[in-house]
Amino acid sequence: MNSAIVDPSRLAAVFDRCKQEGRTALVGYLTAGDPDVSTSEELLLALAEQTDILEIGMPFSDPMADGPVIQAASERALEAGTHISDVFELTRKVRDANPELGIVLMGYANVPYAMGFDLFSERAKAAGADGVLIVDIPAEEGHICDAALKEHGLDRIMLLSPTSTDERIQLACDCASGFIYYVSLNGITGADMGDMQSIHEKVKHIKAISDDLPVCVGFGVKTPEQAAQVAEFSDGVVVGSHFVAHITQAENKADIRAALSASAASMRQAVGI
Amino acid sequence: MYNLDITHAPDAGGHFGKFGGRFAAETLMQPLKEIEEAFYEAWADDSFHAERLDLLENYVGRATPLYHAKQLTAATGGAQIYLKREDLTHTGAHKINNTIGQGLLARRMGKKRVIAETGAGQHGVATATVAAMFGMQCDIYMGREDMARQMPNVLRMRLLGANVIPVDSGTATLKDAVNEALRNWVATCEDTFYIFGTAAGPHPYPLLVRQFHTVIGQEARAQCLKQAGRLPDVAVACVGGGSNAMGLLHPFRDDASVRLVAVEAAGYGLESGQHAASLAKGKAGILHGNLTFLLEDDEGQVQGTHSISAGLDYPGVGPELAYMFEQGRLELDATTDDEALEALQLLTRKEGIIPALESSHALAAGARIAKSMDADQIVLINLSGRGDKDMNTVFKALGWVENES
Repeated sequence: MNSAIVDPSRLAAVFDRCKQEGRTALVGYLTAGDPDVSTSEELLLALAEQTDILEIGMPFSDPMADGPVIQAASERALEAGTHISDVFELTRKVRDANPELGIVLMGYANVPYAMGFDLFSERAKAAGADGVLIVDIPAEEGHICDAALKEHGLDRIMLLSPTSTDERIQLACDCASGFIYYVSLNGITGADMGDMQSIHEKVKHIKAISDDLPVCVGFGVKTPEQAAQVAEFSDGVVVGSHFVAHITQAENKADIRAALSASAASMRQAVGI
Repeated sequence: MYNLDITHAPDAGGHFGKFGGRFAAETLMQPLKEIEEAFYEAWADDSFHAERLDLLENYVGRATPLYHAKQLTAATGGAQIYLKREDLTHTGAHKINNTIGQGLLARRMGKKRVIAETGAGQHGVATATVAAMFGMQCDIYMGREDMARQMPNVLRMRLLGANVIPVDSGTATLKDAVNEALRNWVATCEDTFYIFGTAAGPHPYPLLVRQFHTVIGQEARAQCLKQAGRLPDVAVACVGGGSNAMGLLHPFRDDASVRLVAVEAAGYGLESGQHAASLAKGKAGILHGNLTFLLEDDEGQVQGTHSISAGLDYPGVGPELAYMFEQGRLELDATTDDEALEALQLLTRKEGIIPALESSHALAAGARIAKSMDADQIVLINLSGRGDKDMNTVFKALGWVENES
């Protein structure tokens, strides 16, 4: 299988498939190289089995938008000597085992910027990524990455938040492809989830503007009950910190993997109704 | 007295050439835009400046003196050295110029709480001071490492009613304090104003901080013309993020005869790998909302820095300084820890002025430059702060008190 020439709209296919199957997509996040590259490979492969889209975090020294759980994940990965080449290699291994899985590389601007967005996009695509989500590149600064991502057929996932005005929603939708990631609260990853009714209303509002673009909701989803609620009005439910937290909660690799799989399975069940 | 024109403005997106911009998480984009709009509106409002300039005069103690340091000049040899005495401001450093401005902006926007990051503690103290005066709740984020070396400032902030929150993540210094303040602001932006302390961060902060500090250079320019009958040949300021440097140097940018020198912290030496010289040794990268020069590894991971001075211990630099450097308008110099300590002692002995360790970096470089010049020339140095906060560090470095651990 040559992953480099697969249809660039694999993310769209994921959402179509979920729709046909009458369920909401489950989007899982783990930081690549956490707690070390070889364990990370096992965990990513395990999570990939339960999710429709996998967000693979690129560790960064200064994860400004992340809460303590994902900050610590980044620190563990970097301390274990995770390089960007490992991130690509892990991505490739996940892709090889999961030809239909949506894969999004997620991180902060300075890592791809240091490599150069052209080379970064080329390598990300070759590794099998479908899209890229850079937390600190809003639409206004897209001039540094948009052309390179487009040239290599990578979707640009855009974030929206409760503070996003209609003008900003439009701006992000014009720039985005793949899906919109709605940050359900004003806060960092892993915080407590906001009021479900207002999240629902904002998502409805975004969907009215986003046209066909799917809207996934994340930040703060920690329980299957929350996931089920979010699933009712969104196209995808993102679970990050809750999955990452297993890495420090279990004693050994096998236990982490088992706990992660069980947790992901219950989330999958929750969004599948 | 002051020129309120905004010269060398960034583009609409806050870019200075390719530098600057607004590389922020989505949640902060709207709050940043609101601050930008509030700033431009306030800046066009005479009553805003009337209150700001009244506070600068009667609360901060502006204009600060320009002092012809004759004894230091004699000891150094060469050009005449003039010191811009920001150390004589209320709270003891230039930082208060900016916190008065941003504090007024926060009040104007109806914010009840202010937060800030701090390295040496001077910006934290200046923020806590303004918060006390305006009756605002105040939380200051400070690396635990910095808290240990700047304990007097930690205690001052507490006395002023601020809550000092220790930051343990990353390197536990200024960059991590910025991360933590940003994380808090994402969750609290509705009622909280982030008073950013240096001429960096996402747009509009580099512009705000520069504009609120240009009083330094504008006064110094007028004072130099009055006292010496001419402009300085060289203007020198230390650079961490760049607030005092932009404040001093910006008003001289269009004076082609004035050399502008930024002095970075060389720590144990520029070749030691243990310094904070992001302009001299860094490369273009994106951190804390702007594109600028950063100290980072080959893969874009931001590196820890070292300087004896907590206020200069930052891996980035203001984007406008990066731009001025790239354009060839800014010269670089660097001062090691040891040279800064020597300069601190020299000024203290020769002039009876104890400078901050940050400012001592500018002094050491300014004296080096003066030495190579003629006696009828002028070197203007920004004495950005006083040294009281650094006494513990200095006494330890000199071996006068025991070094713990």
